[in-house]
Amino acid sequence: MRALTWHGKHDVRMDTVPDPRLVNPRDAIIRITSTAICGSDLHLYDSYIPSMHRGDILGHEFMGEVVETGLKSTLQKGQRVVVPFVIACGKCFFCEKEQFSACDNSNPAEKADLSEVAYGYAMSGLFGYSHMTGGYAGGQAEYVRVPYSDVGPIVIPDGLEDEKVLFLSDILPTGWMAAENCEIEPGDTVAVWGCGPVGLFSIQSAFLMGAHRVIAIDHYPHRLELAKSMGAEIVNYHDVKVREALTEMTGGIGPDAVIDAVGMESHGFTIDNVLDAVTTTKLGTDRTHVLREVIMACRKGGRVSIPGVYGGMGDKIPIGALMQKGLQVRTGQTHVQRYLRPLLEMIGEGRIDTTFLISHRLPLEQAPEGYKMFKEQQNEVTKVVLKPEWQKDAA
Amino acid sequence: MSSENVERALQSDAPLTAAVHQRDVAKEAADTQGWNAAAVAGRSVTVNRPRAELYAFWRDFRNLAAFMENVESVTSRDEGTAHWVVRAPAGQTVEWDSVITEDVPAQVIAWESVEGADIKNSGRIEFRDAAPGRGAVVTAIIVYEPPGGDFGKLIAKLFQKEPKIQARRELRRFKQLMETGEISTSQAPDAAPRG
Repeated sequence: MRALTWHGKHDVRMDTVPDPRLVNPRDAIIRITSTAICGSDLHLYDSYIPSMHRGDILGHEFMGEVVETGLKSTLQKGQRVVVPFVIACGKCFFCEKEQFSACDNSNPAEKADLSEVAYGYAMSGLFGYSHMTGGYAGGQAEYVRVPYSDVGPIVIPDGLEDEKVLFLSDILPTGWMAAENCEIEPGDTVAVWGCGPVGLFSIQSAFLMGAHRVIAIDHYPHRLELAKSMGAEIVNYHDVKVREALTEMTGGIGPDAVIDAVGMESHGFTIDNVLDAVTTTKLGTDRTHVLREVIMACRKGGRVSIPGVYGGMGDKIPIGALMQKGLQVRTGQTHVQRYLRPLLEMIGEGRIDTTFLISHRLPLEQAPEGYKMFKEQQNEVTKVVLKPEWQKDAA
Repeated sequence: MSSENVERALQSDAPLTAAVHQRDVAKEAADTQGWNAAAVAGRSVTVNRPRAELYAFWRDFRNLAAFMENVESVTSRDEGTAHWVVRAPAGQTVEWDSVITEDVPAQVIAWESVEGADIKNSGRIEFRDAAPGRGAVVTAIIVYEPPGGDFGKLIAKLFQKEPKIQARRELRRFKQLMETGEISTSQAPDAAPRG
């Protein structure tokens, strides 16, 4: 089959690789119909994530048709499914608590050592996201093997086209959980750093959860326009000083909850980023400019939600502000499986629409160009969806 | 393991950690067994299943090859004994017979190799209840005599490089198998080509 493979920094290619096969009883094989490039794929593209091997198949936002099922899979051939990027066994202590992204079993034993060393305890398996999270082949391909297929994939009813449901795989539940982690109360103002897909979906989710106001922070005019169209007030950090603007806009109190939807690759030539550049060892120190700012900006006793991806160490975290203001921090990879059913329902009822995000549609064969565009034109390119079926036309 | 500090460590609230961090535990083990040297690996894991079920699976030694990476087979000729065939580097295998030295249903299984083993070793697996509703804690302690000679060096590469890593991987696989019914893998045939 054809698949998008990683070969190094800013080097991804379409390769012909062996088709996936069933290995374990609970496996299923999915023929991909739509797959997307995620903002967190850019962390791989930029080589910020350790333990990537040449030839790894990327992609963790995908959906398609079930074509093969293992003996203990509950899926049936022909069903259309969206697959969560988090692989979860459904049986361990964590899965029973619905903390699916903490699954104790989905990361293969010999791969789990890495994250045990890096984080203290082994992380769950993820699709297409380095060997630290299992080394599983991803879904930017024609086919993918889905382990524990009786737990993750959600069956999509006929009549809901791919583009309406594809983002259930990651960014929609991620934005939703980011807002949920804000524990929004009536009257609350939520400030969101980063108007990429997760940031935009967290804005949408925050309003659905009853936020009084949402303030969106970014520097890309088009992305800020999208945020505005969803009802958010906007702050362009190229034009104004963010913390002063937030203090002004919130009458001196500060936002009740803050969301860092940026993560480890924050932009900007600020003093603290220079500091990081000096102290950064390869793969060691994450750029934490946004994390510092959200902690400083949050009101006393407020909530800090971090859906943005971090992988290593943080330098100069304002721990004093965090403690003295009594902030609550909630973060983590998304427990996707927990949110699939309610979010699918809301999509079906028309309460959530995610299709506005898609700016570009390409044949899978042009995935490398998709990565380049997404990386270099972040203002215009908000989401790239890849279609393997269009391949023959492209070839 | 008889010296005073080892005893104290074993009486502590974290006996495994305390014991494996005691420098002379390996020497103690070697002295006790009458070996030249000993390597010790210990690890505990929580498994979301009743301990009686975990004990029963482990008690049938033939099952061990299902989750122990290097174990080719364990066969049982008669009650209480087992014959182990373990893969070694360069396509070789090492073998030994073991005999059960302690067996308390749903609580503990211990065994040691008998005379003539390619690698002298002993093992002890304890099963106890975790907090109510949270399954069981399985604790494994493996002690073995690193073999000498050139072949021994090869074996050492396999077993001694990081016995703790080996132990934790085996116990992870055991947990996966007991909880999910399968062992998680991203290996071929589905893995990406390397090159």
